[in-house]
Amino acid sequence: MIAASTSLNKKNYQVWLFLAPVLIVLLCVAAWPLFRTISLSFTDADLNNLADAAFVGFDNYDFIINDFEWQKSLRNTLLFALLSVSLETCFGLCIALLLNKNFKGRFIVRTAVLVPWAIPTVVSAKMWGWMLHDIYGVMNVILMNLHIISTPLAWTADGNLAFFSVVMVDVWKTTPFMALLLLAGLQMLPKECYEAAKVDGIHPLKLFTKVTLPLLMPALVVAVIFRTLDALRIFDLIYVLTSGSAETMSMSVYARQQLFDFQNVGIGSAASSVLFVIIALISIVYLYAGKKFDRINKNDT
Amino acid sequence: MIPSTMDKKIFGIPKHLLKKNIGSFLLYVSAIFTVIVCVFPFIWAIISSFKKGADLFTTSLLPQKIAWENYTGLFQEQPFGINILNSISVACGTVLLSLALSALAAYAFGRCKFRGREPLLFSILSISMFPQVAVLSGMFELIQSMGLYNKAFSLIFVYMIFTLPFTIWVLTTFMKDLPKEIEEAAILEGASRLTICFKIFLPLLKPAMVTTGLLAFIAAWNEFLFALTFTLSSSQRTVPVAIALMSGADQHELPWGNIMAASVLVTLPLIGLVLIFQRKIVAGLTAGAVKG
Repeated sequence: MIAASTSLNKKNYQVWLFLAPVLIVLLCVAAWPLFRTISLSFTDADLNNLADAAFVGFDNYDFIINDFEWQKSLRNTLLFALLSVSLETCFGLCIALLLNKNFKGRFIVRTAVLVPWAIPTVVSAKMWGWMLHDIYGVMNVILMNLHIISTPLAWTADGNLAFFSVVMVDVWKTTPFMALLLLAGLQMLPKECYEAAKVDGIHPLKLFTKVTLPLLMPALVVAVIFRTLDALRIFDLIYVLTSGSAETMSMSVYARQQLFDFQNVGIGSAASSVLFVIIALISIVYLYAGKKFDRINKNDT
Repeated sequence: MIPSTMDKKIFGIPKHLLKKNIGSFLLYVSAIFTVIVCVFPFIWAIISSFKKGADLFTTSLLPQKIAWENYTGLFQEQPFGINILNSISVACGTVLLSLALSALAAYAFGRCKFRGREPLLFSILSISMFPQVAVLSGMFELIQSMGLYNKAFSLIFVYMIFTLPFTIWVLTTFMKDLPKEIEEAAILEGASRLTICFKIFLPLLKPAMVTTGLLAFIAAWNEFLFALTFTLSSSQRTVPVAIALMSGADQHELPWGNIMAASVLVTLPLIGLVLIFQRKIVAGLTAGAVKG
């Protein structure tokens, strides 16, 4: 795999010179801050006086477990991840299948699909915030003209509806990413299967469920995991679209509010650490399952 | 009207033709629907950004008179020019620093054998899974103690946490795929690793660097949480923070016209980049995920 030269391999210490800059930077911006966040979560640190923090054991964790707002944010985040990732997967798959077909104007669709992806999250939150404005928003006008709703709705202010709006905007913003990943997966599928199926005259729906979907599964699983991890740490969209109201608060929004608005660095760090552990656990389970899956596949062949 | 089953005609059209036409009709309907849903919010932002005063609060599809006040106001009433400069310098700095650092690392990971290579690469990759808030309080402490709080350029350093894992991964994959004959002649001539890395591999890495650089630029340009937390005064803000916190003279209503103008301004260069580098961006995105 790698050109092994005796003269160079003797000077193996040189390799570490190439790696040193990256390792130093990553230790500073990732490992150390993470370590400090976790250690601060066991203290009563205050934002204005981080140095004089006293050790308080698990008090902060005790506090957040019993905090109604934390419970709400935990529920919100999990429900948000579940809803938005499943909707994105469905729509993403539809768009990927559409883009996988040959038709005039395919290029236009592919370019248009990249637009929501390229727009900064904050900007898309503001654009939708304006469209969903309860008095001047164009969304209410469109839906009222279509007689889908009879009175204007307060899309971003009304509790449950605001949560729905957040999911909708996130689906709009991230479906393109899903679609592109799945499209890449679709384009790698063996063409022979489809030619054989065409000769046999298999119904397109049956072809999709029996051939395309199983073959696409690995790409689909990767895309879903990526998006789930992303959805669990959502911050920008909720913070900007609903101004971090308690009704739509996510775990990240809760943690930042404790850290900087209430200046309770201990509690905020505890919340951040819990989110970190949740995401780490999901990643480990995924990696473990992935390895096992690989081994089964290898044993099969 | 009952179609006769003999010639299988529905409304006078042969069935197989009808089936084909319905198929392509549905295809085009869904294609047009997709395009409208994707593009409409941005179009509406452009339309709104040209509406002034009371015109803004009507939902007419076209502005009564094209007004540039929302755009000029951004630069007169808000420090938006400075915000744009901040964003450009932070994003460019992030791209340069992360490419320089990761090119060196990618050479070591992609072309050299050493103990602990796999676990190290894996640890670096796993950093990209970190939720940003997990490092927020620790990073805040670090930034404050180094006297970098409320300085926009400190974000370049902070952003390494999400650009480096990605750029290292993509460049390493690219390096590994290059044929091993490339450096053999140079090794025989006794060239040092530094020469090999800079003279042979760096030029070859250019296409991969353009792709990863673009994605790093977009990520840095769009980042919000760190920029919001580590800057305080409006002259140090990057554009996403400036847009999110923009307020006008009226306390009860946000200056929507200005916000839409700002949104259009910061999104246009991105859409331009996407249009020009579409293939590269798609390739880079999928390389990061599919191979992972």
